[in-house]
Amino acid sequence: MAEAQMQVSDEVAISIENMNKWYGTFHVLRDIDLTVFRGERIVICGPSGSGKSTLIRCINALEEHQEGRITVDGTLLSSDLKNIDKIRSEVGMCFQHFNLFPHLTILENCTLAPIWVRKTPKKEAEETAMHFLEKVKIPDQALKYPGQLSGGQQQRVAIARSLCMRPRVMLFDEPTSALDPEMIKEVLDTMIELAEEGMTMLCVTHEMGFARQVANRVIFMDQGQIVEQNEPEEFFNNPKSERTQLFLSQILGH
Amino acid sequence: MSDTQSHNVAFVRETFLPESAPPSTATGPVKWIKDNLFATWANGLLTVAALYLIFLVLSSTMPWIFAGIWNAESLAACREVLDGVSGACFAVLTERWNQLLFGFTYPTDQYWRPTLAFVLLFVAMAPVLFFDLPRKLLIFTGLYPFLAFWLIWGGTILAPLLALAGVVVGYLVYDRLVKNSFAAGFFGGIVAAFVVWYIGGFLISDTANENAMLQAVPSRDLGGFMLNMMLGITCVSLSVPLGIALALGRQSNLPLIKGICVVFIEFIRGVPLITLLFVANVMLAYFFPPGSGVDLFIRVVIMITIFSAAYIAEVIRGGLAALPKGQYEAGDSLGLDYAQSMRLIILPQALKISIPGIVNIAVGLFKDTTLVSVISMFDIVGMIRGPILASTDWNGVYWELFMFASVLFFVVCYGISQYSQWLERRLATDHR
Repeated sequence: MAEAQMQVSDEVAISIENMNKWYGTFHVLRDIDLTVFRGERIVICGPSGSGKSTLIRCINALEEHQEGRITVDGTLLSSDLKNIDKIRSEVGMCFQHFNLFPHLTILENCTLAPIWVRKTPKKEAEETAMHFLEKVKIPDQALKYPGQLSGGQQQRVAIARSLCMRPRVMLFDEPTSALDPEMIKEVLDTMIELAEEGMTMLCVTHEMGFARQVANRVIFMDQGQIVEQNEPEEFFNNPKSERTQLFLSQILGH
Repeated sequence: MSDTQSHNVAFVRETFLPESAPPSTATGPVKWIKDNLFATWANGLLTVAALYLIFLVLSSTMPWIFAGIWNAESLAACREVLDGVSGACFAVLTERWNQLLFGFTYPTDQYWRPTLAFVLLFVAMAPVLFFDLPRKLLIFTGLYPFLAFWLIWGGTILAPLLALAGVVVGYLVYDRLVKNSFAAGFFGGIVAAFVVWYIGGFLISDTANENAMLQAVPSRDLGGFMLNMMLGITCVSLSVPLGIALALGRQSNLPLIKGICVVFIEFIRGVPLITLLFVANVMLAYFFPPGSGVDLFIRVVIMITIFSAAYIAEVIRGGLAALPKGQYEAGDSLGLDYAQSMRLIILPQALKISIPGIVNIAVGLFKDTTLVSVISMFDIVGMIRGPILASTDWNGVYWELFMFASVLFFVVCYGISQYSQWLERRLATDHR
């Protein structure tokens, strides 16, 4: 692991202050405070329903928060659609179920947003797309449709699709939980490579091996709150809160 | 081959088995007949009974069709030739051919005009239906409505040119204003088009039609199957975009737009088409400025269009609902705005899912154009029931005439159905 390359800078990439969110009357996120510096690799874990996915979905406004401030790259997330679209084009996102566009080829999936949002010429967008498809090691599938690819390949395409927008932050929402065990590794390898290049990453995942290897910070959430956060070494070997100890014993126990 | 013993639990496969062909008894036509027609004793009995039924139907209709008379002046003349033999009197079709196709008041020497418009229709539709064709052909498709209007109605060429100018100006204004906001562009474009049409209306003199290149034909002189085709094609091509707009409007977050769309769809769906047509015939004139004399044809087109648009909107809403939420989120997360994600991601998929439903409604709409015969427009059914059956020559020739009308409709509807199935196969990319 090339630790030297994975430097964290002092520049703030994302800051979340006092954020609260309700679904109807259900209080899903409570007083979230989180500052992410450029180059950080943060793994968020927690039991299901703890609000970890909701948290990262608030960052690119897929979910609306009711209280508090979210600032991404200096842009305050408000209800202004122009701000939202600007933030979304700077923040890449990978979903649990890949969400590739099934009616477009792999290449078209990757060039769509650069062409329409960034107004990149088609030829240039295709070159960029091929570059990133090579990076995730599937350039030979470029003209196929998503339905013809395996789950692991689809998730790698989804990562390449996000990278084509040259995002400054990547969000991963349980990228490996819909994959067969044999395919998890190929996706994690891609994500590790990305981390080594200094990408700022927030990952919701239960891949604790990945967290140990890549993360510089692990956050544990329960009941809509941040319960504990620490460096991975400390977090796994010496969890402070009882809730964290219970959670870790359950997922690492077998 | 591995030589494991049956009682031995441990097993390691050393050689993988190659693929082999199925046994010969599992394929071939004999096997098909045995499986599908005579699988069981009862199944065989049903097959024989069905074959007998087909024989009964064909043996009574075929002689009637083949003994048919194609040349006669009237039904009486037909019966004379037949001389008691059971046979069809297709002579009515040949004798009234032009009336069935063009109606009975369209100028006889001008039949080439709608015929030409019909032929050009295929050229105009080709790039829309088959998207592998060069995109430049779409320019002709865009001009076709104005050309067809001029060919069929005739009169001064200024009228279609003015209509075209209005559309072009409206688009230019839209294109300019849409950068600020969509609403400004949309309504600005519509207003600009109407301004052009209003001002242009003064420029065309009342006498322009009299010495025009093509003789002017008023709408009431249109008829026959031509009228059905005109109504069907105009209404289908207008109601699909309107239906898409209504379906998207119904999903809108803006309560006002959503409300308008819901009320419109529910109201129109709750009213029989025939009442809407009576409204078009009698009442709609009150809604237009006095003296504007909006043509009956246009009023009927408006009514049929909104009627089928309401149905199409619901079909498309089903398609939109069938898309996983992740598709919307993926579009959003890439920074696409609403219009882009609808156009590039959501609608292509939702419309593909909706193809069978939309085609269902298009076929129904096309057949429903025969309803205009009840508001005294002489479409093919109106022609048959009116001028042809009422004439002393052909009074009583029901089977032949209605069979002919059915065949015409069947050919068109079956064509639409076949096209849609081809389209679905062509667009199937997700389950290869």
